[in-house]
Amino acid sequence: MRVTMHVDGAETAAEIDRPGESLLSTLRDRLGLTGSKNACEQGECGSCTVLLDGAPVCACLVATAQCEGREVKTVVGAVPRPVRDAFVQCGAVQCGFCTPGLLVSVADLLDREPDPTDPEIREALAGNLCRCTGYEKIIDAVHTAAAALAGEPR
Amino acid sequence: MPEPVETPTPPQWAAGGVGQSPIRPDAESKVNGSFDYASDLAFEGMLWGHTLRSPHPKARIRSIDTAAARALPGVVAVLTAADVPGKLHYGLIEADQPVLAPGEVNYQGEAVAIVAAETLDLARRAAELVAVDYEVLEPLCDASKAVEAGEFFRYQPVRVGDPDTAEAAVVVAREYEVGMQDQAPLGPESGVAVPADGGLVLHVATQWLHSDLEQIAPCLGLEPERIHMAMAGIGGAFGAREDLSVQIHMAMLALRTGRPVKMMYDRAESFLGHVHRHPARMRYEHGADAEGRLVYVKAHIVLDGGAYASTSEAVVGNAASLAVGPYKVEHVGVDAWGARTNNPPCGAMRGFGGVQTCFAYESQMDALADALGLDPLEIRRRNSLAQGDQLITGQVVEAFDPAKAEDGRPFSPLRDLLGRFDDIPVPAVPAGRDIVELPGGTGNTTHGEGVRRGVGYGVGLKNICYSEGFDDYSTARVRLELVDGEPVAYVHTAAAEVGQGHWNLQQQIARTELGVERVVLLPNDTKVGSAGSSSASRQSYMTGGAVKAACEAVRELWADRDLADGPVEATRVFRHRATKPMDPVTGQGESHVQLALCVHRATVDVDVELGLVKVVDLTCVQDVGKILNPVALEGQIHGGSAQGLGLAVMEEIVTDEGRVKNASFTDYLIPTILDMPPMRLRIVENADPDAPYGLRGAGEPPTLSSTPAIVAAIRDATGLPLTRVPVRPEHLTVGRPS
Repeated sequence: MRVTMHVDGAETAAEIDRPGESLLSTLRDRLGLTGSKNACEQGECGSCTVLLDGAPVCACLVATAQCEGREVKTVVGAVPRPVRDAFVQCGAVQCGFCTPGLLVSVADLLDREPDPTDPEIREALAGNLCRCTGYEKIIDAVHTAAAALAGEPR
Repeated sequence: MPEPVETPTPPQWAAGGVGQSPIRPDAESKVNGSFDYASDLAFEGMLWGHTLRSPHPKARIRSIDTAAARALPGVVAVLTAADVPGKLHYGLIEADQPVLAPGEVNYQGEAVAIVAAETLDLARRAAELVAVDYEVLEPLCDASKAVEAGEFFRYQPVRVGDPDTAEAAVVVAREYEVGMQDQAPLGPESGVAVPADGGLVLHVATQWLHSDLEQIAPCLGLEPERIHMAMAGIGGAFGAREDLSVQIHMAMLALRTGRPVKMMYDRAESFLGHVHRHPARMRYEHGADAEGRLVYVKAHIVLDGGAYASTSEAVVGNAASLAVGPYKVEHVGVDAWGARTNNPPCGAMRGFGGVQTCFAYESQMDALADALGLDPLEIRRRNSLAQGDQLITGQVVEAFDPAKAEDGRPFSPLRDLLGRFDDIPVPAVPAGRDIVELPGGTGNTTHGEGVRRGVGYGVGLKNICYSEGFDDYSTARVRLELVDGEPVAYVHTAAAEVGQGHWNLQQQIARTELGVERVVLLPNDTKVGSAGSSSASRQSYMTGGAVKAACEAVRELWADRDLADGPVEATRVFRHRATKPMDPVTGQGESHVQLALCVHRATVDVDVELGLVKVVDLTCVQDVGKILNPVALEGQIHGGSAQGLGLAVMEEIVTDEGRVKNASFTDYLIPTILDMPPMRLRIVENADPDAPYGLRGAGEPPTLSSTPAIVAAIRDATGLPLTRVPVRPEHLTVGRPS
């Protein structure tokens, strides 16, 4: 079965042989797009979060067969530069395995709410597990990113 | 007599040097998705490997039939114990774990057969087709019964004075239990073995490349020189990558097939495929005088090591030597065992034997304070070890600045830390809270009725670096050469960057010592000497020390040379001062290199009707000797505290007669961003004159002290004794007086 998607702005076709193949598996194993991570593959950790037609989803829970003609944005295409920079500057990255999924979730949050409060940040990122940072510097990074984006022409 | 050589003076605060927080060298690739973790690697013509594991905690293997698996199209190899090319067993300290089960299995999840196939899906299906005829046997799952039966990896007593006849005004005796915690690094175990020139290149995510190689080569029947170990990106470790996982299996499959073979565990297999933190049962008795000064401590500590040795021996040593914490006591009777059972094997996890006893001794200090009507900080102050005092092993507390003596009394690093809380108020209960801030959160389970606040403290004492006479060293090679007319330093070590920021620190040290801007890190591999493990909070001390020493050597050579004449290079091996084994009968001996202290204060809200806990504040005071990188250090304290919170209220691998019941992130919960409170940190610098830059290892101590602090706060809120972690809702509700 051939599925054509728009992945990070490029029209991309994948040949899949299992109807249940996940979008995460297609991205990583067939297309070599390993930016989305595979920490649990059952929708608990958020490491594989991508935007599907603009909505954040766990790519491990989406069947590729459902993605015909749809737009997929990974950490490569979904995250404004100031959000990445804020994670780097604030020390929100340690091992980094959760980072691509978190960045996509943060990009989505800041798109909906340009100046989120701490409780709003915590609620929005509750589906993204991080084992290294204790989350403090991730919250710092979201505020830093929000301030940087506010200073940019939107 | 030669003229004295004037060596260049290193700038103390070079841009991006020691003491600053430059951008990590791996940050950009980790935020743009291009950083290659072990699970991201792919090679031309690569096969996928998969492991068949035992469903039984104990069984004899009557036969294994691989015919159906081998007949599946796309399957290239199916191997069992009979195919192991060299030695049949491996292990970190003692080689007792079979590469593949040779006729019996001793825990659920033990590897029985391995498969290589064209796709991962096919490899998994083939593994299901391997027919293993098991004779199921009764497992030994009770660690205390195992000890009684003589099944243990180590017994370590500590004896000081006469604990059996010492008289105390107040005695508290309780039993404590710590559940089996998992490291749960987010990156799954993974690697690729690539055949090359009659040998192999192994791309692995490990905490210690050279130890891996020492274990792998004999099992493959290969000379170590024929195996090149190349570090792949590591998605967290916390001790889980100290033991081997995929390494020998993927290498065997690559040797057999002549093709690159990748192995990668899914989360369920990860829970079975690496060791965990030892669960513990501990019986403690503390006797104190009427002023709350400890007279004696007796402790009976049983750690469950599971089926194979891993690092149980060293974990028992830590549990025994640190069994009473940073407190002064004259009479001590400690007995610590690491039991051998048919439970999952346990080994290294952040805190390494210090976590379990810390929960017990801190709970005991609170119980004593309660019995005497003392403040929890006050009883700890009265018993604090000071400079010149002895640990229960006879080791003298040293390496603190004698100039800091207080009112004629020797300086006590613990009293110093405890005093810092005077200026940090406990957060007030805000008026008109949003219900999402209450226990239960958006579950809308309460509007504040039944919610009680509690405050508690915890103190942790952790040894830094390897103890008990281990030859602990690290190696660094540094080369300085002109590139486009500019001096560039190349630093080569085998030290694992597990996320802690060690690569960044190496660059900082080279900038500080050599005064250069550009520092290039060469890939971590086995073409340079061992760095030891990224564990025991030791890499800043050890590989940091090695890089510093190599830079100093380069600086001296550079003083005599013009770089235009060619590069300057030096390799240095760094060792910390020697330690001694613990006496097998008395436990006495200068067994530790460096000691580190951390204190937490936790504030919690507990819905006492529903048993729901919300930690609303964690304040941490830690002595780090010297801050080398403020941002990375804070990250270590935050992350270590979070893992301690996990053990306090949620994290436990549940087993039933040796079978793991919750091998998934659906059933094994780790703290989310909603579970972690805001943290306040007070970082204290009591420099250690023996350590590079005066540093004190910082990664583990917060993991010790946050657990007892949180449980103490829950006790304060509920009045319940709470002698087991993790604390579950039923512990707070069932049997509670209404």
